[in-house]
Amino acid sequence: MTQAALEIKDAETTALITGSEAIAVACKLADVDVITAYPIRPYDTVMQYVAKLVANGELDCEYIVAESEHSQFEIVKHASAAGARVFCGSSGVGWMYAFEALTVTPALRIPMVAMVGNRALDDPGAFGVEHNDALAVRDLGWQLVWVDNAQEALDTALIAYRVAEDRRVFLPCAISCDGAFLTHSQALVKIPSSEKVNAFLPRYDRGDLLLHPDNPITVAPQANEDWLMEIRRQTAAAMERSYTVIREVYRDFERIFGRSYGNPFFEEYETEDADIVLVGMGTLSIPVKVAIRQMRKEGKKVGFVRMRWFRPFAAEELAKSLGRFAAVGIIDRDFSLGAPYLSGVLATEVRAAMYPSAKRPPIPGFICGLGGREVTVPDVVKMSDIVYEAADGKAQPLTQWIGLRE
Amino acid sequence: MATLTDVQPIPKLDPFKGVKKLPLEEFFTSGHRTCQGCESALVMKMMAKAAGPRTIVLGSTGCMYVANTTYYSTSWVIPWMHTQLGSSGSAALGTSAALKALMRKGKMKNEPINVIAFCGDGGGADMGLSAISATLTHPDYNCLILMYDNESYANTDIQLSGSTPYGAHTTFSPPGKMKRIMHHRWKKNMAGMLAAGHPTCRYIATMCMSYALQGMNCVRKALSIGGPTFIHSLDPCPKGWDYDPYLSHEMGELAVTTGVWPLYEVEEGVVKLYGKTKEIAEGRYKRGQVREYLLKQGRFAHFKDEDIDYFQSKVDEMWEKWLIPGVIPFRKEVEADSPAAR
Repeated sequence: MTQAALEIKDAETTALITGSEAIAVACKLADVDVITAYPIRPYDTVMQYVAKLVANGELDCEYIVAESEHSQFEIVKHASAAGARVFCGSSGVGWMYAFEALTVTPALRIPMVAMVGNRALDDPGAFGVEHNDALAVRDLGWQLVWVDNAQEALDTALIAYRVAEDRRVFLPCAISCDGAFLTHSQALVKIPSSEKVNAFLPRYDRGDLLLHPDNPITVAPQANEDWLMEIRRQTAAAMERSYTVIREVYRDFERIFGRSYGNPFFEEYETEDADIVLVGMGTLSIPVKVAIRQMRKEGKKVGFVRMRWFRPFAAEELAKSLGRFAAVGIIDRDFSLGAPYLSGVLATEVRAAMYPSAKRPPIPGFICGLGGREVTVPDVVKMSDIVYEAADGKAQPLTQWIGLRE
Repeated sequence: MATLTDVQPIPKLDPFKGVKKLPLEEFFTSGHRTCQGCESALVMKMMAKAAGPRTIVLGSTGCMYVANTTYYSTSWVIPWMHTQLGSSGSAALGTSAALKALMRKGKMKNEPINVIAFCGDGGGADMGLSAISATLTHPDYNCLILMYDNESYANTDIQLSGSTPYGAHTTFSPPGKMKRIMHHRWKKNMAGMLAAGHPTCRYIATMCMSYALQGMNCVRKALSIGGPTFIHSLDPCPKGWDYDPYLSHEMGELAVTTGVWPLYEVEEGVVKLYGKTKEIAEGRYKRGQVREYLLKQGRFAHFKDEDIDYFQSKVDEMWEKWLIPGVIPFRKEVEADSPAAR
């Protein structure tokens, strides 16, 4: 980036928009070339905004309404292989319907950006948030990031394109927005000028991986045991590099847009003098922060760590941070039936991250807010009390369901 | 900004005038590992020759993926990419949409580039039907979907598909002591179904590479007419059909001359029978008996006369009773069909 980029006149505007609309605006700013839609609540609001932008001539892209999520993701996968910047998304079982396409996308080194409007998986039907949909791809090479407000959704979408399309990475990125709590909630959002976005986000260049008659390559041939392991290792190395690239990109974001997210991987709230902390992802940050402010008035020094990037997982950094506290409570808005200690996905991963650390506080896990059930302030207080007891050496079950009807 | 319904550049591909006029260049060459006598490999070779160098090919999982693209020994001279089993329609659409967007927005040189996605009968007539159907409803994207039909999941050990003929012995439908016929379903009428169901699609055809020049010209027309198109190719398979590999060419001819496999094009909504099929329809060639075709193949070796008679009766029905023989399986209402109460 040149110094000139910094001197561009700031034509930033402010608008009252939802998380979904914020991502649609990001698609416009990123000059996305091919977008595919298929209806499922709650993510599909983003496509309604995209459709309107296309209809009004504000977004010049091929906008295709597919006949299933599988096709939706396959279409953009191939468009990206042919050099187009693409956007896609889904929710809940829709995301699962696309699972085969989701599997091959990172393996093909396709820098797709997708929005997941997190939603409970069927059955029984529920429109509300659960994180199992996005988490289902956690082993496959998708970069996964959770955001908790509309501004962060817009900014993270721009960041996601920059990271995914970095030649050192070339892996897809899914931005998780909690269904209803973020997809449908409006907030004031600063919309950056396209000049600044252009300075931040270079054109997608697929280079020698471009599928074009001028570059007649054979993509994804049958490799079998001869080569599969080496190719898999290359994809793993790309995910390792993503960690560094994410840091670089957030620094550049701050330099160009003048706004900072601090540590890209997780946000710390009131942790400096905290005795114990809670850890969670997505919009449950809002009741947690309210509860913390309340508890601090009563002298309970509780902090909060909100995970943004789940893949790559900032294990060492997180372990270093969490090792400072007397106990750590993990709030999972997901389930992982039969997992170690019957915990959720996040608790299991945080414990794994902490294991090599010299300082390993007790880590009770909570399963909470499934199917869009509200995580209330009393729920947070209750979880904090349990974590305090764990800190005092009182044995606690490693997994408790909170807010469950008795 | 350009309009969102602008037209993609279309290549000009005149029909080849004869075998001696074919270009010598090959775009599908050595390196593949298909079986001896594989007609589908011939389809790939002729398809690539017909399309020429400015072509992108997307290949759905199946024989023509697994056997054709061993890592480090690809047989494709033109760019080629794997797509999932049920994704030929989506692969064609996505690639074409990318070219269109990038060319319109000045991010790529504006020129005609052919997009071909192929699938086998499992990937096309079974799993990929939904995506193929969707793609054929998008008149603004140029692409060809070619289904090479060897009448089974031949790559995975010869399992029956929705395109396997009645009664055929496959590993999922072996004749046994209690049941001689395990596969009772009649083969899907894929091209006819797609032609009837997608009125804005400008070109749908059947072909058989035993008639290679006609086959290649089907491909050239499909690529130069504009919009999404579909070709259904019947490909004899020595492994799946169980016959001596040197008979592949003859097996394709027999499928056509016995009337089992009609050759036709539906161009701008007009049905045109061609080749031997046309001669049969016009009474210039006597349609052969299916017995000559079936009994040359081990997959029908368990057939008794009654099975052959049933097969013959279904083929006769197609020729004698269908609204358009070989294409549209409806019949017009005749006096005898009317419900008595009316």
